[in-house]
Amino acid sequence: MTRVLVIEDDPAVRRGVGLGLRHQGHETLLVATGEDGLAELVASAPDIVLLDLMLPGMSGLETCRRIRAFSQVPIVILSARDDDVDVVVGLEAGADDYVIKPASTEVIEARMRAVLRRTTQAATGNARSTYGDLLIDRVALRVLKRGEEVALAPTELKLLLFLSAAPEQTFSRQQLLEQVWEHAFHGDYRLVDACVMRLRAKIEDDSRNPRYIQTVRGFGYRFGPL
Amino acid sequence: MIRPRLARGLRAQLVLAFLLVSALSAVTAAAVTYRQGRDAIAERAEADLLQELRGHLAARVPDLPADPEAADLRALAVQLDRAAGARGWRTALSYRGGALVAANPQAPPLPAPLRAQGATATTALAQRFHQGETPWLAVAVPVTAAGRPHDPPPLTVYASMSLASQQQDVDDLAAAARAGALPVALASIIPALLAARRLLRPVRRLRTATERMAAGGLDTRVTVTGDDELADLGCAFNSMAATLQADAETLRTMEERARRFAADVSHELRTPLAAMSAVTGVLDADAASGRLPPVTAEALALVSDETRKLTRLIEDLIEVSRFDAGAAVLHLDDVDLGELIGKTLALRHWDGRVRTDLPTGLRVRLDPRRVDVILANLIGNALRHGGPDVSVSVRVEADPERVAVIVADDGPGIPADLLPHVFDRFTKGDSARTRSEGSGLGLAIAAENARLHGGALTAAPAPGRGTVMTLTLPAGPTR
Repeated sequence: MTRVLVIEDDPAVRRGVGLGLRHQGHETLLVATGEDGLAELVASAPDIVLLDLMLPGMSGLETCRRIRAFSQVPIVILSARDDDVDVVVGLEAGADDYVIKPASTEVIEARMRAVLRRTTQAATGNARSTYGDLLIDRVALRVLKRGEEVALAPTELKLLLFLSAAPEQTFSRQQLLEQVWEHAFHGDYRLVDACVMRLRAKIEDDSRNPRYIQTVRGFGYRFGPL
Repeated sequence: MIRPRLARGLRAQLVLAFLLVSALSAVTAAAVTYRQGRDAIAERAEADLLQELRGHLAARVPDLPADPEAADLRALAVQLDRAAGARGWRTALSYRGGALVAANPQAPPLPAPLRAQGATATTALAQRFHQGETPWLAVAVPVTAAGRPHDPPPLTVYASMSLASQQQDVDDLAAAARAGALPVALASIIPALLAARRLLRPVRRLRTATERMAAGGLDTRVTVTGDDELADLGCAFNSMAATLQADAETLRTMEERARRFAADVSHELRTPLAAMSAVTGVLDADAASGRLPPVTAEALALVSDETRKLTRLIEDLIEVSRFDAGAAVLHLDDVDLGELIGKTLALRHWDGRVRTDLPTGLRVRLDPRRVDVILANLIGNALRHGGPDVSVSVRVEADPERVAVIVADDGPGIPADLLPHVFDRFTKGDSARTRSEGSGLGLAIAAENARLHGGALTAAPAPGRGTVMTLTLPAGPTR
């Protein structure tokens, strides 16, 4: 059972999504505004947030930013397809994935599950490995940089764990989408790019000149070489 | 090039017309001058001859005896001929209708009509005639007897002189007129060119404006100067352009409104659909649970299915309005085309039903999501409409310029009258099954996606049986 916070201003959609999720056995917290969502997040500590982008008052993007300021709770954006640009901004603001409305509960649930799965593969080899200034603990699911813990959103952590498990191996964005986001369809590469950007901002000394998450032009990304 | 030749043609015609008119008027003026001058010179010569002859006669006739002999007459003729001086006339006299008596044995040339009339004339007569090439003037002067002025004049004096020198004057005159006509005609080319230029300038402006209009510049207007016929034409052109522009504007507004409306309707429908879509799972589960009365279960299943179809239709409508609004964006990436096609098939569990001939390692720059949409449409249609035993194949042909993905089936094929419209919106293959599957927008969206890539989507009957759909994409980096 998952506790889901749904921030959605349209009452019918809110009810529908709540109904569908409860039918699947989840607990739902339904709010109509970003302000209420932030309050509920603090009060109820949900496992995941479903966030509509088009909100009255505080926008979905602003809500996303404020959540990320203090919490690494998984966030899935509920978006209409023509909010395309907002989706990118939302992803850069720290959202983990997005679902295009209208969507069936199965689709929403599949995305939620993928984001909530903490690791992509059984931890192999050392539980704790050091790469340069980074210490990655695959059991505690923590990342320390020069001894200080780095707060990573779920997909950021998953991406880092996945890439660092096979240092110096290049993965295409399609591969990353399938492995980290569990997207079986021809996914949106911007998910990967936005996540890499956020991850670099947190672990690299100079995100314009990255050491850990390196771009292999025309192919994808790889971890290292350091 | 046709256009410059047309301009030259009009200019040439104008210049030619000017040249003709000026040449004609110069020739006419010369001819009239020549005629008038010739007559005036001849009349002057005639008057001078008569006056001088009369003067000499008045001085000498009184010396003549009452009934002069031929010798007296000859003596008078000699005196008269001598008095001629530079004029060089020669005289002959006839007394009472008698034979002509001249100074020399050879009589001066006299035209017969003058001779005939002169015998009975009571006033002086004159006649011009030609002796050989030379023009001559002849006069007959009757002389009345002294003291009997009312009797018929007994003596007639004839005189004739050559007009050669006068003819020379007239010829000089004609030559001068002729010499003047040519430069005048040639000089008229200059005003002709100026006039042509002035006339053709608005014509050229109109032509440029028309070309701009034809190219779509409906706000084109010409500057109208003056108030001649060309200015009227310019005004007519401007009002035509204004009407066209207003009409186009109205049409555009109406079309814009219609599209906007379709987009708005789709968006408005999406929110309730989002709520409904989220609960179709609940409906499906309850309908399948067996706990509900069968009619209710069937009704739930129907609502659930139709909600999914409606959702797809609305999604397609919104996608179409994005193309219409020019808001569709390509997210290009270098993709292995063979892998992409394989994935498209595998995702929809079609890999067992479709024969493939795919290249390995053929990388194409494209938007994978959109190409997946295109291929899923083509292959899905072939499988759906081809019947249970249909054989569908996908192969790739590549050359340095373009990459073609060819989807062929051996199904019943598309009727020939439908073939040109397969990529139109809401064209459906089988009217009896209009709402069977799909929104009716699938192929239209596929074609738009192909165009967005700078490629194309075509449909053709397969040799024998079935249909061949070809997606062509540029091989190189697009845009």
